[in-house]
Amino acid sequence: MVRWILEPGLFSNGTVRTALLLGALVSVVSGVVGIFTVLRGQSFAGHALTDVATAGGSGAALASLSPLLGFIGGGVIGAGAMDAIGVQRVKDRDVATGVVLGAATGLSALFLYLITLQTSTTGSTQSILFGSIFTVGPSTLPDVALLSVVVLVGVMVIRRPLLMGSISPELAAARGVRLRMVGIAFMVMLAAAVGLSAIAIGSILSTALLIGPPASALKVVSRLSHAVVLASVLGVMATWLGIVFAYDSYYWFGSGRGLPVSFFVVADVLVEFVAVNLVARRRRLRVVEEPATTAMPEQVGWI
Amino acid sequence: MTNAWISGTIIALLAGAVGFFVVLRGSAFAAHAIPNGAFAGAAGANLVGINPLFGLVVFALGAAFGISSMSRRTRSDVATALALVMMLALGAAFLATSSAYEPAVNALLFGEILGVSSSEILPVVVLAVVCALGLTLLYRPLLFSSIASELAVAKGVNVRLIDTLFLVVVALSSALAVPVVGALLTFSLMIGPPAAARIVTSSAHRALALSVVFSLLTLWAAVASSYWTDLPIGFFVGTMSAAIYLAARAWMRLDSRRSRRALA
Repeated sequence: MVRWILEPGLFSNGTVRTALLLGALVSVVSGVVGIFTVLRGQSFAGHALTDVATAGGSGAALASLSPLLGFIGGGVIGAGAMDAIGVQRVKDRDVATGVVLGAATGLSALFLYLITLQTSTTGSTQSILFGSIFTVGPSTLPDVALLSVVVLVGVMVIRRPLLMGSISPELAAARGVRLRMVGIAFMVMLAAAVGLSAIAIGSILSTALLIGPPASALKVVSRLSHAVVLASVLGVMATWLGIVFAYDSYYWFGSGRGLPVSFFVVADVLVEFVAVNLVARRRRLRVVEEPATTAMPEQVGWI
Repeated sequence: MTNAWISGTIIALLAGAVGFFVVLRGSAFAAHAIPNGAFAGAAGANLVGINPLFGLVVFALGAAFGISSMSRRTRSDVATALALVMMLALGAAFLATSSAYEPAVNALLFGEILGVSSSEILPVVVLAVVCALGLTLLYRPLLFSSIASELAVAKGVNVRLIDTLFLVVVALSSALAVPVVGALLTFSLMIGPPAAARIVTSSAHRALALSVVFSLLTLWAAVASSYWTDLPIGFFVGTMSAAIYLAARAWMRLDSRRSRRALA
């Protein structure tokens, strides 16, 4: 049975080992940053910044700069541009994100077109846009690990004002939290996090891991620390299962041609989301049957 | 080229009108996700060898219904993000299993002005007429529920139904815009020009009209630039849409400064 699920050679394969490590690292960072992204209703910005980072990455590839620099630099510039256009009101935020995303995607179109002209290689567009976890070499691992730690520490440092500002901006402002500063700091960390995951696992998975596991975790858990842990675990699980399935899929059709990792990881993320929703609904039904002693603990646990 | 001009004009008229509501309702994320769903559909149609327009329409509608049904369970931005990644992952899987020709994929992503043949004009016109009719019928309740959603609920407007129907209109107009403007840039035509129009005027009707005009100008300029420079049209649509928005903001700032000086 085990041999059937884990195809022979899975763990002795260097590429797979790198993918498992990178995937886990990026899933944890996405889980932690994603909790705040979902709480603040910034899923669109989180997704848009991956595409903006991709524009930076393709620009860097064109200028033969370091891709990591391009991805992260692009994301941070995009976050700054969104803030400059105005992200104070929710509907303005939507337009600011959309305008920056549109301009960045336009630039991607140009850069990728020039790259295909320059190198006449095929597949670069798709690998930059959709990404593949198997294309990253082990040499990127130390850089990604270092930056992941930086982002995690940054989020740890601002977690209290960030949380308060996300849940109750009025209360936070009354207590002297500088909402704008905290918001900008978070956007920069979000940009760095999605830039990292976009280069490591591709932009589809970046958004999937940033939003899916945190949204699932927030359905069933009410304390911040629990939600962060659960989101990270769900993310790592989805990524590892996806990698195993993708590796196995090379043998499924007998053609030596597998399905992409991103497909399997996204499928896992969605299955987790549906399962967690079912659990949450059953629990809610039970709460209704019992006397309402546990009706409001969520709000208490937060701050 | 004439085909691109005709279908581009139709697309711009529609995108300007649909985009006005997209900006008003703050549904830019959905407008971004739906064309990506359409892209997956085109890749799937390519895999099984059917008309790509069919795949575009079916998957765009699937994305619209997916977003609207998941929004009942969870926050709408989370629902949109999940629908988006699901569609993109399906698209990636379709591309991996078929041996799609790379330039064809790029054309779907970033647009191709020569991507419309004469035989494809008729379906584009039919779909556009359907969208325009739908938007006309929805106009009053849509405007009402976009501006004052609570009041609309109190007056008995079925806001949820209106929302779903609106996403269907977004889906159909995306399906016809994707082959020309590209899956990744279709939404920018629905954001930049309408947002610029809303800055310039505060009247809803005038903003709607201006939005259509701005979107037409953007698309015409993009088609012409792409034709002359041979660069992908998506580049021009994306950057010009952002530019028109920034220009509108700069213009308003200058204008308010001038009127302040006139008062002083």
